[in-house]
Amino acid sequence: MSQAEWPLFEVFIRSKNGLNHKHVGSLRAADEEMAIQNARDVYTRRSEGVSIWVVQSSLITASDPQDADALFEPADSKIYRHPTFYDVPDGISHM
Amino acid sequence: MEEKKALFEYLLRLGDDSLILGQRLSEWCGHGPILEEDIAMTNIALDLIGQATNLFEYASSLGVDKRSADELAFVRYEKDYRNLLLVEQENTDFGYTLARQFLFDAFRKPFFEALSQSSDQQLAAIAEKSLKETKYHLQHSSEWMIRLGDGTDESHERIQQAVNQLWAYTEEIFEQDQIDQQLIQAGIAVDLSVIRASWTKQVQAVFSEAGIDLPQNTWQQKGGRQGKHTEHMGYLLAEMQFMQRAYPQMEW
Amino acid sequence: MSQELSIEELEKRFQEKIDAEIKIEPNDWMPDDYRKTLIRQISQHAHSEIVGMLPEGNWITRAPSLRRKAVLLAKVQDEAGHGLYLYSAAETLGADREETIDDLHSGKAKYSSIFNYPTLSWADMGTIGWLVDGAAIMNQVPLCRCSYGPYARAMVRVCKEESFHQRQGFEIVTKLAQGTPEQKEMAQDSLNRWWWPSLMMFGPSDADSQHTAQSMKWKIKRNTNDDLRQQFVDITVPQAELIGLTIPDPDLKWNEERQSYDFGEINWDEFNQVIRGNGPCNKKRIEDRRNAKENGKWVREAALAHAEKRKMKKAV
Repeated sequence: MSQAEWPLFEVFIRSKNGLNHKHVGSLRAADEEMAIQNARDVYTRRSEGVSIWVVQSSLITASDPQDADALFEPADSKIYRHPTFYDVPDGISHM
Repeated sequence: MEEKKALFEYLLRLGDDSLILGQRLSEWCGHGPILEEDIAMTNIALDLIGQATNLFEYASSLGVDKRSADELAFVRYEKDYRNLLLVEQENTDFGYTLARQFLFDAFRKPFFEALSQSSDQQLAAIAEKSLKETKYHLQHSSEWMIRLGDGTDESHERIQQAVNQLWAYTEEIFEQDQIDQQLIQAGIAVDLSVIRASWTKQVQAVFSEAGIDLPQNTWQQKGGRQGKHTEHMGYLLAEMQFMQRAYPQMEW
Repeated sequence: MSQELSIEELEKRFQEKIDAEIKIEPNDWMPDDYRKTLIRQISQHAHSEIVGMLPEGNWITRAPSLRRKAVLLAKVQDEAGHGLYLYSAAETLGADREETIDDLHSGKAKYSSIFNYPTLSWADMGTIGWLVDGAAIMNQVPLCRCSYGPYARAMVRVCKEESFHQRQGFEIVTKLAQGTPEQKEMAQDSLNRWWWPSLMMFGPSDADSQHTAQSMKWKIKRNTNDDLRQQFVDITVPQAELIGLTIPDPDLKWNEERQSYDFGEINWDEFNQVIRGNGPCNKKRIEDRRNAKENGKWVREAALAHAEKRKMKKAV
């Protein structure tokens, strides 16, 4: 049995400039530098990225799916936040 | 010597270094200390095989003889391989593999930097591409040297041992002969005496951070560039050339 | 905040989500058996990728050209990557990677039995790509729609990357089939050895499969073993004919009515023996993996110790 395991890191990759970093998976590494290098070797073998973020998985705080109703459903009724909620007279463009 | 022939010979030396080290590293594939590192080592092996391919293709295109890149890579006798003795040394363990890699990368980076200024444009282009790869290799091997040197007592001892053993093959890296001299004068080859300082600096910096002692043994082994290899080379070739020897003249 | 729901209610809601094709994500409630089934399947799948590196790794140092060597290296490396994606997916279910791997090494966990067959010639590199990866792709494509999000996403990545694996294999076999008589014989011999084990890759016949029904209900699995096997045969037979190789099955013939090939009986005794550990290479494969882990222990420890030291230095 292996006692001391390398910590788990989550990997985020920017596929090209102009786009957000996106979560692609995880890996193990002894330290942050190694995590970056491993991410490069594991997740960008086919030129999938121009920038990498890594963060130790244990440092991430996630919302509880059980609270999803309370967290996210109230936004569903606020349709006035979307542009399609508003009538714009014919002939008006660029708005 | 005719310049083309000298260049051909020079390309074989560089190609053989990459090929033989790539061959050695590829032995690790599937057996690495952890999955992530298995993948990293294979990437380096792939870069090296790619460099060898570029160099042999260029050599083949010179028309010195009719051999293809693959024939140059696979169908020579042991004495006709021109690689450094360092790169043919056995993997032994991860420490030896890393130490071998580091001592080589620390040479290859300044080497390719200089070679990318070569007056031979094709060689300069190959060097430029290889340089990008090598920078990463050096970063990878340097960081590992430090981790192993400054890790546990066991890792420190193992990496020091590996460095001590491999040190005897470092002087050869900077050996130059008439072919080098001829091509240096033509602005094609790299003057190894110039980049030596850069190698020494990198090695000392990493050793110092890793707490690795610079070996004191001054007796050095040489001969790879002349085709005089260590005993390991025969076995490496027996494996690498198995298909060509068992099924001569076939395409795969 | 969440009120306490009964297990029955939770299970009902869970199944409704599955039926509505809503993906299950790591922190969502899921039945214990769903979790267990997935951990078992994903880690078996991961182990198969990792053990699968060995039979092909066996030929990297002997690959016959620079191009073949690079392609094979890249392919075996991809398998390491795929193993890693899958272990990561299993970790989202709480299955610690090293413990999972220890289960492999102790013989507790299974992996695809095909990798317990030896690679005896260069042609096997072609046949493995063509048949074994071909069969794997057939199994894996439906998994991209698996109900468990991280597994499905890992499989999308795997399938995308694997597309070259089968092609490079078929290219190797084609080259041999069109080569010298020796090369052609090498290709045929390899097909003879790998054909039946490849068919076994789809698992036991539906009637004997313990897990199929529940897994289909949970949408972990989308097709039955026999369906996929039949698809594989129907696609592969014409490929073999095209390059002039013979499928080693005297009972193989086109069934006009079913618009499919009938094929001979699979030797399930052999299948069960190999699963039980009596294949030609079971011991060697596990031993290789165990050695890799054992020999790498000092390296992993050193890296961790060094990371600790650096943290301490920074803190001062």
